[in-house]
Amino acid sequence: MSTSFGELVEGTSVLITCGPGGVGKTTTAAAIAAEVARRSDRRVLVLTIDPARRLADALGLDGIGNDERRVAPEVLAAGGPAPLGRLEVAMLDTKQSWDALVRRHAQDAATAQKILENPLYQNITGRFIQSHDYIAMERLYELHRSGRYDLIVVDTPPTRNALDFLDAPERLADFFSSRLLRWLIAPYRSKVFNLASKPFTQVADKILGAQFLADIAEFFIALQSMYGGFVERAQAVSALVRSDEVTFCVVSSLETTPAREAEFFAAELTKRHLNLGAVVFNKVLPDVLTHPDAELAARMLTSKGEELASNLDEDEKLAARVLHEVGTSFVDFAQVARTERRIRQGFHLVCDLVCSVPYFDGDVADLEGLARLSKALFDHET
Amino acid sequence: MPQRIDALELLFVTGKGGTGKTTVAAATARYLAAKGLKVLLCEVDAKGELALAFDVTDPGFEPKEVAPGISLMSMDTESSLREYLRLYLKVPFVGSLGPLAKAFDFVATAAPGVKEILTVGKLCYEVRLHRYDVVVVDAPATGHIIGQLAAPQAINELVKVGLIRSQTEWMLDILSDPLRTGVMVVTTPEEMPVTETIELTASITAATTVALSAVVVNRVLPGRFSVREEEVFERLGAPSSVASLSARLGADLTEVFEGASLAVGLRKSRSQHLSRLREHIDSAVPLVLLPNLFEDHPPSATTQLLATSLELELEQ
Repeated sequence: MSTSFGELVEGTSVLITCGPGGVGKTTTAAAIAAEVARRSDRRVLVLTIDPARRLADALGLDGIGNDERRVAPEVLAAGGPAPLGRLEVAMLDTKQSWDALVRRHAQDAATAQKILENPLYQNITGRFIQSHDYIAMERLYELHRSGRYDLIVVDTPPTRNALDFLDAPERLADFFSSRLLRWLIAPYRSKVFNLASKPFTQVADKILGAQFLADIAEFFIALQSMYGGFVERAQAVSALVRSDEVTFCVVSSLETTPAREAEFFAAELTKRHLNLGAVVFNKVLPDVLTHPDAELAARMLTSKGEELASNLDEDEKLAARVLHEVGTSFVDFAQVARTERRIRQGFHLVCDLVCSVPYFDGDVADLEGLARLSKALFDHET
Repeated sequence: MPQRIDALELLFVTGKGGTGKTTVAAATARYLAAKGLKVLLCEVDAKGELALAFDVTDPGFEPKEVAPGISLMSMDTESSLREYLRLYLKVPFVGSLGPLAKAFDFVATAAPGVKEILTVGKLCYEVRLHRYDVVVVDAPATGHIIGQLAAPQAINELVKVGLIRSQTEWMLDILSDPLRTGVMVVTTPEEMPVTETIELTASITAATTVALSAVVVNRVLPGRFSVREEEVFERLGAPSSVASLSARLGADLTEVFEGASLAVGLRKSRSQHLSRLREHIDSAVPLVLLPNLFEDHPPSATTQLLATSLELELEQ
């Protein structure tokens, strides 16, 4: 059991951040990776899915390509001392990753080409985001196996179906070995109709039309030649995710809806016996807002603003409004801060390590910003 | 000018995760129902959040009245397929779908767009049936909405013949009619959500045939300080000033100013993001501002409060 975030990442070689959308998951992943590369001599990679443009620019990702790139040490230092380790960043390009996978597993170049050119394949990889799920885990496996990194931090897709990406390798394997696939392909393989598949084919034919069905079949006949490689690989990917080399970190904000989702994520991870290492809350309002004496003073200020505004070296009306607003703003945000605190306390039952990152004015979009964020995270003690 | 929200027959509510899309969808349904319209509210990515807004649990595929004038349903593509087969293929499926469920799983996995088309198809079907005046959809978040709205076109490109092909034609008629169908994009006045909203509104126009009806900015803070007020705030917040104010008030204001400076900063940066959004959105599209609610209300109360704000904004 780790008592600090620093200790947690020290003992892990893969850290997967997951959680609801819109809470700064990508930024947190990047901040963690950068901090580890600064303070230890480890070789760190952060694999992001869809970073905001400004963050991508700051990290030196130009949005094209799938390759790992090193962040220059002077950029990584973010104004501090020279980093002890090194940081590489990579972005997940779904289409390129799928293409590479097909080329690797196809029996020959001609089959690979046939698959790559099939309109269905292009549609699956290009248009539909679900294919992120499997490919992110596949890429992680490949990078982990390469032995080039001591720590890989993975940002997960903003999927609404919680932990779909965890099941993706198994689902893919199941699919390849399914009877349905055989049914579908059968009539196109031989002229002799498989009796068992006939009703299915007829229904599918009615709904989708024969040509489309033939396209599907052709695609999967080609794909099936890669069956062995695919299934074996999917199982290996699945085993890695379940191993104790991997730690999960749920990232959320303390607003009610994301927090409810985060709780669900944490419960799902625990249910699957996966290693939940920490819950990180971003954009946490400062503690000062929950001090009862300060709130009392703020309420007094709200009611006595006008009185106080006289005898000041200021325009009286203006000063009265400013003082009133100072009091009101404090009281408003104090309400939010109290709710946040209550929610945060509940999470100590869910996970041993619950960390808070304070609210920063403006988005974190450069290495300095990331350093501020990670400092708050790593210097925190539970 | 886009069609008025209260005159549409099909309204998709989307936006970046974490902006309050579901809450706004529920508030919109309440607003429309309060005007006397019969509303079907449909949850597409079932997470149960929409049901919470009406104090119910576990909505099913069959619409159920959850508030006066509002029926709630949860999209389930398998049920949608079943309904479709029964209606159009006259396939009498009784009870368990058995192998067909597996077939469906397969088709949905293999054939891109099938799940999306069954969702959009069901929604358009409800529009055509006209059991309700308007169908409000808590649609998928930013990343997925384009795929869903563009599904009928995509199917048209992929499938050359067959029933689905002929079905997509009338769906496209409904989706492409700006008098009947619209999209509402929900955002917050923060950097990333604003940037994504600008991109999303552009791609809705470029990649789909559906009209943009409104951009809703959720969690708007009270007005920012003017430049002069900000200067006064700076001076009053200086340590010596805080000390003398505290002495006169008889209570320590140090922490109050500390906490308030966060609020002042937020008001400022949020109003800047709001201006950026205003600049980039077609001025004909209404920009609807909903207030930040500081108090932690139960979801049903929150949506009621926001429905009132929506009415004020849209009817002004």
